[in-house]
Amino acid sequence: MSAVAKTLDVKGLNCPLPIVKTAQAIKELAAGDLLEILATDPGAVPDFNAWTKSTGNELVEQSEEAGVYRFVVKKKG
Amino acid sequence: MPARIVILGGGVGGTLAANLLTKELGRDAKVTIVDPTGMHVYQPGYLYVALGQANGQWLSRDERTLLRRDVDLVVDAAERVDTDAGIVHLRAGGSLPYDHLVVATGSRVVPEQVPGLVEGSYHFYTLEGAIRLREALRQFRGGRIHIGIAGIPYKCPPAPIEFTFMVEEYLRKRGIRDRSEITLLSPLNRAFTIESASKLVTPILEQRGVKIETFFNVESVDPSSGTVTSLEGQKLESDLLVLVPPHRGSAVVEASGLGDAGGWVPTDRMTLQREGFENVFAIGDATNLPISKSGSTAHFEAPVVVSRIASLIKGTAPKANYGGRVMCFLETGNRKSTVLRFDYENPPTPPKPSTFWHIGKWMFNRIYWVTLPQGRIPEMPGDKRRAG
Repeated sequence: MSAVAKTLDVKGLNCPLPIVKTAQAIKELAAGDLLEILATDPGAVPDFNAWTKSTGNELVEQSEEAGVYRFVVKKKG
Repeated sequence: MPARIVILGGGVGGTLAANLLTKELGRDAKVTIVDPTGMHVYQPGYLYVALGQANGQWLSRDERTLLRRDVDLVVDAAERVDTDAGIVHLRAGGSLPYDHLVVATGSRVVPEQVPGLVEGSYHFYTLEGAIRLREALRQFRGGRIHIGIAGIPYKCPPAPIEFTFMVEEYLRKRGIRDRSEITLLSPLNRAFTIESASKLVTPILEQRGVKIETFFNVESVDPSSGTVTSLEGQKLESDLLVLVPPHRGSAVVEASGLGDAGGWVPTDRMTLQREGFENVFAIGDATNLPISKSGSTAHFEAPVVVSRIASLIKGTAPKANYGGRVMCFLETGNRKSTVLRFDYENPPTPPKPSTFWHIGKWMFNRIYWVTLPQGRIPEMPGDKRRAG
C-alpha cells in the first residue's frame, strides 16, 4: 500500500463539514493519491461510503478506534 | 461599585442577555450594549422579503425601544477588545472598560470568497440581497432555478429548503411553474444534513417536482454562462442561481485575536465561556459551536450566560449549562410548516407539516417584538425541554 499523501483532521466537526473539507482536500491531490481522514462524527461513516460511491473515488480503508473514525480515500484516476 | 458588563452586538442574543442581566442583577451591574447601527433586524424575515411577502421596514426596529431603560446603548462599532486590560476600543475613539464581556457579534456574509458568486448568483442573507433576489424573481419568466449552499457554516440551516418550497409555490401562483425547473443542490447525499428532517422533506420535494442534486459542493460560478461548478467536478447551467454565501465571524472578533481561522470564537459548549477566559462569554452565531447558527440558539444561550455572569458577580457556584437546544421552523409551502427541536443529545423528531406550525411561525414572527424587550422566551406548544 502506498503512503498517505495528506491527512485531513476533521475531528469535532459535524456533517456536512467532513465531506465538504474532503471534497476540497482531494482537489489538491493527484490521481491515485491517498487521502487519510480522521473524524469523530458517527454520521461520517454512511456519508463517506455514499460520497465515494457517488464521486468515483475509492474508499480503501475504514476503521474506528476510541471514537475516532479513520478513512483512507484513493483519488480516482 | 456595580460590575461593568459590556455586550458586543444588539442582535437576539445581545439584546436578550442585556435585558435579562439588568432584570437579574439590578443595581449590582451596569450593562452596556455596543451596536454599530443601533437598529435591530429580525433576520428570519429576509426570506419573506425575497418572495415579496414582506417589506424591509417590518424587519427592523430601533434597538433602544427593545432594551430595558437601565441598559446603556452605545451606537458605535467595537473595533478591538484588549482582553489583558479589559477594555473595548470603539471606532469613534472612545473606550469601555469591562469586568465581564459578552461577544454577541453574530456572523457576516462574505460572498467574495467564492469566485463568481457576487456577480453570478442571488441570496437572501442581507436585506439588500433579499431585495435584489425579489427583483430577479419578478423578472423571471420561467427557466432553471438552482438553490444551494456555497459555504459552511451558514445561518439558519433549513432556510435553503424553505426557500425551495416557497419559490415553488410562488412560481405556481404566477402560473409559470410548468415552464420552470427547480433543483436543490445538496452537499450530502440527502436533502438536509439532519437525517430525520431529510426523510420528512424528501417526499414533499418529490411531490412538488423539485430535483435534488446530491454531493454538490459549490466551488465557483461563471456569471457569463450562468454555470455553477462543484468541487466534485460537476457543472450545471442555470437561469437563476440562489446560493447561500459563505459566512465568517465578525471583524472585531478577528481584530482582537478572539476567533479561530473562520473568525468564530472558541467557546465551551456547556458554559459558553471563551476558552481560556473566565469573564468572556460568547453567544449566538459568534461561537464556534457545531450547532445551528440561528436566533433560537442565541435565545436559549442567553439565560445560561446571564446566570453564569450573575454567579461570578455574586460569588455563588455557577450552575447553568447550555444543553445545545435549538428550535427551527421549516416552511414547506402551501401554508404548512414543521418544526425542528433538538439539542446536543437528542436529534429532532419533526411533526408532519401542518397549518398549525405555519401559524405558529407567523405568531412567533410577531410576538418576537413583544417578548424580546421583556427578556422572555416564548415557549411553543408541546415543548417540554427547557434551556440549560
